[in-house]
Amino acid sequence: MLAKRIIPCLDIKDGMTVKGIKFVELKTVGDPVELAAAYADQGADELVFLDITASHEGRKTFVDLVHRIARHINIPFTVGGGISELSDAEALLNAGADKISINSSAVRNPQLIDDMAKNFGSQFVVVAIDAKKEETGNEWAVTVNGGRIFTEKRLFSWAREAEQRGAGEILFTSMDHDGVKQGFANEALAQLSDDLSIPIIASGGAGNMQHFKDAFELGKADAALAASVFHYNEISVPQLKEYLRKEGITVR
Amino acid sequence: MTKQNIVIIKYNAGNIRSVNNALLRLEQEGEITADPEKIIKADKVIFPGVGEASTTMKHLNETGLADLIKTLTQPVLGICLGMQLMGSHSEEGDVNCLGIFDEKVKKFQLPDPNSQNLKIPQMGWNQITDLKSDLFDVSLEGKYVYFVHSYYVALGSDTAATTNYIHPYSSALQRDNFFATQFHPEKSGPVGEKILKNFLKL
Repeated sequence: MLAKRIIPCLDIKDGMTVKGIKFVELKTVGDPVELAAAYADQGADELVFLDITASHEGRKTFVDLVHRIARHINIPFTVGGGISELSDAEALLNAGADKISINSSAVRNPQLIDDMAKNFGSQFVVVAIDAKKEETGNEWAVTVNGGRIFTEKRLFSWAREAEQRGAGEILFTSMDHDGVKQGFANEALAQLSDDLSIPIIASGGAGNMQHFKDAFELGKADAALAASVFHYNEISVPQLKEYLRKEGITVR
Repeated sequence: MTKQNIVIIKYNAGNIRSVNNALLRLEQEGEITADPEKIIKADKVIFPGVGEASTTMKHLNETGLADLIKTLTQPVLGICLGMQLMGSHSEEGDVNCLGIFDEKVKKFQLPDPNSQNLKIPQMGWNQITDLKSDLFDVSLEGKYVYFVHSYYVALGSDTAATTNYIHPYSSALQRDNFFATQFHPEKSGPVGEKILKNFLKL
């Protein structure tokens, strides 16, 4: 049976992981390749690298880093952050990325999804959606710039549109759940999973191991992404997989 | 393992570098080329690929690579789209393929009702079972490998590994010197590395 995927996410600034990560004993503090290799050895199913660098020089450093990741890591990885043109995606593909994730740039220019899918294949295109639940009703507002700017788009219709335009996966982050560690947005996840025929990655809210189980069972997610619980060693990947296996969830 | 002369066939499809990165991790190196002389002389030939079947077949026919690949006598490994193109026919663009294997390529259809919320493409890690090829050894039975595909090869006489997604299908094929995997050994962690090593040992 197809296994549910566990995906650690690494934020990268100027080619280094951001400060404060106290996961395992690393020789070089902040080296993303070493951290990624450690996660791969532990049984992470995929990795996501998000470039949070703003500067032009930083972008170039990130592409160089993607080259090194591709050379050393033997599991699939997605890269995101600051991809707004076909040429950005192409540089990352050529550097060895398996997938790219696009977020704000797709909201501003939805045609970008079509263009990327047509040029590089749907399997290469992850559309990331950050959304916040509206106070009334069952709708979620799509946000950009890390939840700071609200847009006219609504989660479910935007996700369907992204699928129709050629997205290969949807990475949904609930801005209400992100960082709170009280579990994923399972109701919205389940609706996405029922509405769409492409895989859904749950993001935002992981605080304990049961939250992952709930994302897979209640949220019907195909994969679950988390950052801090892994980076700060609150949950280790092997421990999480062991727990999920015991709970009857298929994991690698 | 001594250095081998490995060729990765270059054509209009992506994902060629990842295969070479995997070879580099095994202290080998592939030459990415479409040069017939180099392909014929290689110890091992890898035919990778991610892309669309009918446009890729058109390219292979026009460049003469189609005829060349069929006549190779050294061990050849097709990966993902490479495997599908080695079958007899693909529903993707309704195109006749290389015909190295008799099996046909079909599109996954979601079951109705879809009670398990299955998705297309199959994306992620699934198990390989009923292994029957020198590509594998007993330690690999039931192990997880990484898949990304919307089309599959039906079961047949060349089936060398079986995977279950929606229904059982061929996740690897073998006939004589031709080997193929639907999954990506280059992205399948230590299990994939073992399979690539087994191929290099042939």
